Amino acid sequence: MSMSKRGKRKLLVIMVVLGVGLATVLGLTAFEENILYFYSPTQIKNGEAPTARNFRVGGLVVEGTVERDSDSLWVKFDLTDGAEIMTVEYSGILPDLFREGQGIVAIGGLNENNIFVANEVLAKHDENYMPPEVADALEAAEQQK
Amino acid sequence: MIPEIGLFALIIAFGISIIQGIVPLVGAARNDATMIAMARPVAWAQLLFVSIAYAALTYSFIVHDFSVQYVFQHSNLVQPLMYRISGVWGSHEGSMLLWALILSLWTTAVAVFSRGLPDALMARVLAVMGMISVGFYAFMLWTSNPFERLFPVPADGNSLNPLLQDPGLALHPPMLYMGYVGFSVAFAFAVAALLGGKLDATWARWSRPWTTVAWSFLTFGIALGSWWAYNELGWGGWWFWDPVENASFMPWLVGTALIHSLASTEKRGVFKSWTVLLAILAFSMSLLGTFIVRSGILVSVHAFATDPSRGVFILIFLCVAVGGSLGLYAWRSGTVVSTGKFTWFSRETALLLNNIILLTATAAVFVGTMYPLVVDALGIGKISVGRPYFDTMFALVSMPLILLLGIGPVMRWKSDNSQRLIKQLSVVFAASMAIGIILPFVIDGVFNIATGLGLAGGLWIAITTLQSLYHRIKTSSRIPLAFSGMILAHLGMAFFVIGVTTVMTYNQEKDVRLEPGASYSLSGYDFKFMGVKNLVGENYKAEQGHLEVSKDGVKITDLFPEKRAYVGRADPMPMTEAAVDAGLFRDIYAAMGESLGNGAWSLRLYYKPFIGWIWLGSLLMTLGGIVAISDRRYRQKRSKIQS
Repeated sequence: MSMSKRGKRKLLVIMVVLGVGLATVLGLTAFEENILYFYSPTQIKNGEAPTARNFRVGGLVVEGTVERDSDSLWVKFDLTDGAEIMTVEYSGILPDLFREGQGIVAIGGLNENNIFVANEVLAKHDENYMPPEVADALEAAEQQK
Repeated sequence: MIPEIGLFALIIAFGISIIQGIVPLVGAARNDATMIAMARPVAWAQLLFVSIAYAALTYSFIVHDFSVQYVFQHSNLVQPLMYRISGVWGSHEGSMLLWALILSLWTTAVAVFSRGLPDALMARVLAVMGMISVGFYAFMLWTSNPFERLFPVPADGNSLNPLLQDPGLALHPPMLYMGYVGFSVAFAFAVAALLGGKLDATWARWSRPWTTVAWSFLTFGIALGSWWAYNELGWGGWWFWDPVENASFMPWLVGTALIHSLASTEKRGVFKSWTVLLAILAFSMSLLGTFIVRSGILVSVHAFATDPSRGVFILIFLCVAVGGSLGLYAWRSGTVVSTGKFTWFSRETALLLNNIILLTATAAVFVGTMYPLVVDALGIGKISVGRPYFDTMFALVSMPLILLLGIGPVMRWKSDNSQRLIKQLSVVFAASMAIGIILPFVIDGVFNIATGLGLAGGLWIAITTLQSLYHRIKTSSRIPLAFSGMILAHLGMAFFVIGVTTVMTYNQEKDVRLEPGASYSLSGYDFKFMGVKNLVGENYKAEQGHLEVSKDGVKITDLFPEKRAYVGRADPMPMTEAAVDAGLFRDIYAAMGESLGNGAWSLRLYYKPFIGWIWLGSLLMTLGGIVAISDRRYRQKRSKIQS
């Protein structure tokens, strides 16, 4: 099975093109699957958020709503964008800067009771910092009033 | 007074950099020896003045001069000396000053160590570096003056972000910048060569050691950052695909491609214009990385867009630097002819494939990092790209890269015989595949193909690398340092791949709630929570937990994770300080969550096998770079040119 030099080079070029093409297709698929959209509590109440896939929600933790389980790491709290309120459940360690009144972002999905079950809760490491999505959501809710 | 001297020195340095950017270039074009000869002294003068400016800012930090706004924001009376010195690069303005200082250091280093270069080329290289300096000084003076005064003068300052108060992170930015800025040398060589129209293999030889040094610094800097995140953030991870991390990873990927492409250009005279393009790309990625991290675009795209001065300046700077050099490339590269001929089955082809794979990886990171920013800036929506995207992409890209890493180094230049390679490599391939696939079964009785492939990949790299070392020792009496460097760096990859694969599969982690006296068992290790006591540090208060770790009833170690609150802030910022018992084959790791009342705490417990190999591998790569540039070849060539 001997191939001409030119034939071999052609084969190589074809393989490289195919390889890069395949990587692109797989990459775009992975990309599409892993894009996390952001929804504010108002948007979720309006039914804009997807039910089948994960997304991010953000807002201020409502004062006095943080409830903990006494013998596990389960915790429940409300998030608000100033207009609507969204209940979030989480089991795990909350970030250092999680506290009532603080702006946070949670990643997870809605369960059948329309409660947001988070698998990650993020609060940025700066007490003056407000996650930009949260700032915008608050602003949008303010304008709607 | 001192801050004014600093600002004044900065303005003078700006003026000098303008001269450095223009005069030698005009001189080189007109063949004017006097103007060409100005390049070196001007570079020295710039270094002198930027050093004075840098020293002035450092001094203001050390003596607590809170009349300087930047010092007020990032220091206070109780901040330890070490973090007052590192506070200089703790935020945007000072980082830019550090950038300019490092650029000036690299420029002067080129002036000193490249005495063998033709004068005109040298003048052009220094001029290009001078132009980059002009951009950075102008950016500082117009939008980010670190010497801005504050009135009335506050009695005490804020504080350096507690996250940055760690020796590892104090060192991280300078190392990273040494790498970023170091790529400016290869960039300047490429642009100078394009300007001069002489793009022969010698420019590759001159750029090579500089690129390798820069790459080593960058590798070390990224590894430091990763190690810091692991120890300091309390999440136990070593890489998060955070935009800040990606910003440093993109120049690394392109830089790695550049190192390999430079080797082909120098040794065989091939891929000349491709290499020039990579040199431009590597530095463009460095600029992009600096600005992604430092412009505030990540904190808020809107702040970036609504504060027009910084944002617009950055965009113009990027457009001029990247667009200008690419334009020059488009204009001049047509004249470049690659001389070397090679067949499709040769080391040249392997190195070309290496480049294609590394650039595919760069593109994947680029898309995942920049897409959300662009979408947000256009007001289309707010998205983020999840970690699985990056993980999937890298699993995909690394498989062909690892396979190639075993084959490329043993291939011959120009043309090789596939039968010869198959004979040499087939046994190694079969053996590493077999061992890799079986190992997971031996470890926990489960066949895990992904893990098996990862382990096989690590073994494959390690064995083929040692094999090529063995062949080299057998056939030649002297092993060049450049070759030893490559061996070390490739072995580093083997360690890295095995470390990543193992920790991703066998990592055990658990968030638990423990009361004093209670214990939790993880991977055979019993973590007994002994309770919490209060501590007072130099500028923080801490609650320190105590965990006794034992295995099979035998005590292994005590872990003391802390939850710190740094003073000097209106609202003391809590910080997690993880406790790690590191070992060659496993780390045991504990971090404090929060107090849950009645003495109970939430705790994060981890068992991380082989995680140290990730940093060990990175250190080997760094070391490989340093060994490679120590090769006599680079100095010999230079003295030959001189004579």
